[in-house]
Amino acid sequence: MIRDQETMQILLDSIRSFVNEALIPREEEVAETDEIPEDIVSQMRDMGLFGLTIPEEFGGLGVTMEEEVNIAFELGRTSPAFRSFIGTNNGIGSIGILLDGTEEQKATYLPKLASGEILSSFCLTEPDSGSDAASLRTTAVRDGDHYLINGTKRYITNAPHAGIFTVMARTDPEIKGAKGISAFIVEATTPGITIGKCDKKMGQKGAHTADVIFDNVRVPSSALIGENEGVGFKTAMKVLDKGRLHIAAIAVGAAERVLEDSLRYAMERKQFGRPISDFQLIQAMLADSKAEIYAARCMVLDAARRRDDGLSVSTEASCAKMFATEMCSRVADRGVQIHGGAGYVSDYAVERFYRDVRLFRLYEGTTQIQQVIISRNMIREAQQ
Amino acid sequence: MKVLVAIKRVIDYNVKIRVKSDHSDVDLTNVKMAMNPFCEIAVEEAVRLKEKGVATEVVVVTIGPKAAQEQLRTALALGADRAIHVETDLRVESLGAARALAKIVEEQQPGLVILGKQAIDTDNNQTGQMLAALTGLPQGTFASEVAVEDGRLRVTREIDGGLETLELTLPAIVTTDLRLNEPRYAKLPDIMKAKKKPLEVRTPADLGVELASRIKLLKVEPPAERQAGIKVGSVDELIDKLKNEAKVIS
Ligand SMILES: Cc1cc2nc3c(=O)[nH]c(=O)nc-3n(C[C@H](O)[C@H](O)[C@H](O)COP(=O)(O)OP(=O)(O)OC[C@H]3O[C@@H](n4cnc5c(N)ncnc54)[C@H](O)[C@@H]3O)c2cc1C
Ligand SMILES: Cc1cc2nc3c(=O)[nH]c(=O)nc-3n(C[C@H](O)[C@H](O)[C@H](O)COP(=O)(O)OP(=O)(O)OC[C@H]3O[C@@H](n4cnc5c(N)ncnc54)[C@H](O)[C@@H]3O)c2cc1C
Repeated sequence: MIRDQETMQILLDSIRSFVNEALIPREEEVAETDEIPEDIVSQMRDMGLFGLTIPEEFGGLGVTMEEEVNIAFELGRTSPAFRSFIGTNNGIGSIGILLDGTEEQKATYLPKLASGEILSSFCLTEPDSGSDAASLRTTAVRDGDHYLINGTKRYITNAPHAGIFTVMARTDPEIKGAKGISAFIVEATTPGITIGKCDKKMGQKGAHTADVIFDNVRVPSSALIGENEGVGFKTAMKVLDKGRLHIAAIAVGAAERVLEDSLRYAMERKQFGRPISDFQLIQAMLADSKAEIYAARCMVLDAARRRDDGLSVSTEASCAKMFATEMCSRVADRGVQIHGGAGYVSDYAVERFYRDVRLFRLYEGTTQIQQVIISRNMIREAQQ
Repeated sequence: MKVLVAIKRVIDYNVKIRVKSDHSDVDLTNVKMAMNPFCEIAVEEAVRLKEKGVATEVVVVTIGPKAAQEQLRTALALGADRAIHVETDLRVESLGAARALAKIVEEQQPGLVILGKQAIDTDNNQTGQMLAALTGLPQGTFASEVAVEDGRLRVTREIDGGLETLELTLPAIVTTDLRLNEPRYAKLPDIMKAKKKPLEVRTPADLGVELASRIKLLKVEPPAERQAGIKVGSVDELIDKLKNEAKVIS
């Protein structure tokens, strides 16, 4: 649902100009320094990019899902590291509080997340618990009106910068699996928290992930999201459900960027006395990419509209995430191919995008996990 | 002080301009439109004057089709307080625009009017000067610096020989050059709020101005394609080529 077409157009134009004029020219710098420059961060804060999905009453924009994916199409056109920096506050770092938090929790944290005053992280994955998130081992043991949290979280996006963590931990060791898990808001300054060294990633330089280690971290019981034990896994799954459409839209944007670059290169590069875009084998790669991007864009928009209509989109969101992210890797691979040798060296952005977009197929549920979700939903529906 | 800013909807500066196949005009079908970049600078300057406490109200005005309200909304998102849309589907020439603006100036009585020095569609560079002539107000064109001091306006102008500084009495008319400021990106929440700011729609008829074109467009041609240049290895080679190939020196 787009609430006002004209306003949305101005918003998207504004974001597109920002991406084209302020972000794309700095991509190489970010890749080299492994850092989002401070002036860009403050521009992103000024524009309000940290609070896209947070409701207006808490200082954000309160965009609908369809509006959000349209914005993500634009943001996807530049290095995913920029998106990642604002991504947790707009996504996995805030949605838990937004969906299941108490009024007090929302009022305390959402305005700071919307303004970008603090960053947030989402701590689900552990060394021995990835796809099988319900098997997580981090514990939160009740101690009077406090909880003591112990455990290690892995690959946590923005952990080195975060002011708060949404932490999934087991409050009831008797209950194995999902029902023993609760979600907490833990402030980064709480004693007992250590952030590990930044992971050395294949791509997305400038975006940082690290281990977060909780060693007897004492939090008040008011830190329990929704002040409800045993529903933390549900909260986490709701968070990821929404995130999937966002990632799918980012993948569409990134694929569009790679295709734009590849088309321009193909029209400029001459071999055998002609631009290589004259060759049908190149044309086939361009056309396949175009059609696949269009398909993914339609899927994302359709799923987003359904979600805005209040329908359950578990299957559609997983379909979109799986198809868009796999598609993006294929488009990036063709992009490298069209660039020939130049696609393998870092003078062209396509080499970097090829590595950057690989992540989309892994986090917020791997492709295989999306397949499991889709088919499980299908079978469940058929049994009813 | 009230500041009036005139803005224009033009082809986005990133778009490659194409001529219609019958050469009757530039092809505008499905072409991305945007606020003229010099007008963005004008809006930015007015908003900065407001932030400094010099201006109390910023009013934006445009003359153009219904769709031009998008550019007015953009200006409102950037910090203008209200907008006036003089709606017309006619092709508006500099003099027509200046006449309509003169009426708006008469009605609104601004202390300062800021315009872009030219619009990137036809690059006429006339409207500001014509508006000054019609209203009898002093003008400072091609401004690279603007300051209000003791009720007077100091304008630094970019001229062929360098910079020139003028002191004008207010009210006055300023047209912006590229180096006056670097426009900000609109804050996204302000874009959402822009819809709620007042936008008044007027017609040329109720302003009592005639916008019909006095100039006939006969034919539009794209500029001739240029041959690709070459890089020369040395000054000697350059001189040799200028002498013997281009034959422009002897
Ligand atoms: C850069 C980066 C940022 C991240 N950010 C965060 C974050 O902010 N917060 C957070 O909590 N986590 C984060 N993660 C973790 C991410 O969500 C996990 O890496 C992902 O869920 C996969 O888990 P795993 O790495 O343990 O892989 P595994 O679960 O060990 O999977 C290995 C392989 O087995 C397959 N597999 C697993 N189970 C099945 C099955 N049942 N059927 C078929 N195949 C299966 C997987 O698809 C995969 O191919 C991040 C990861 C990365 C790399
Ligand atoms: C790491 C690396 C090491 C290398 N080492 C060496 C080396 O030691 N010695 C050496 O001499 N070279 C070397 N090369 C160069 C390599 O062989 C070329 O990059 C390769 O032959 C492709 O040429 P190109 O990069 O100019 O791409 P292009 O020829 O410009 O090709 C661009 C795209 O157009 C396609 N294309 C071109 N012509 C046609 C056509 N007629 N029909 C359909 N499609 C077409 C190509 O398949 C490709 O997809 C190296 C390259 C790299 C990246």
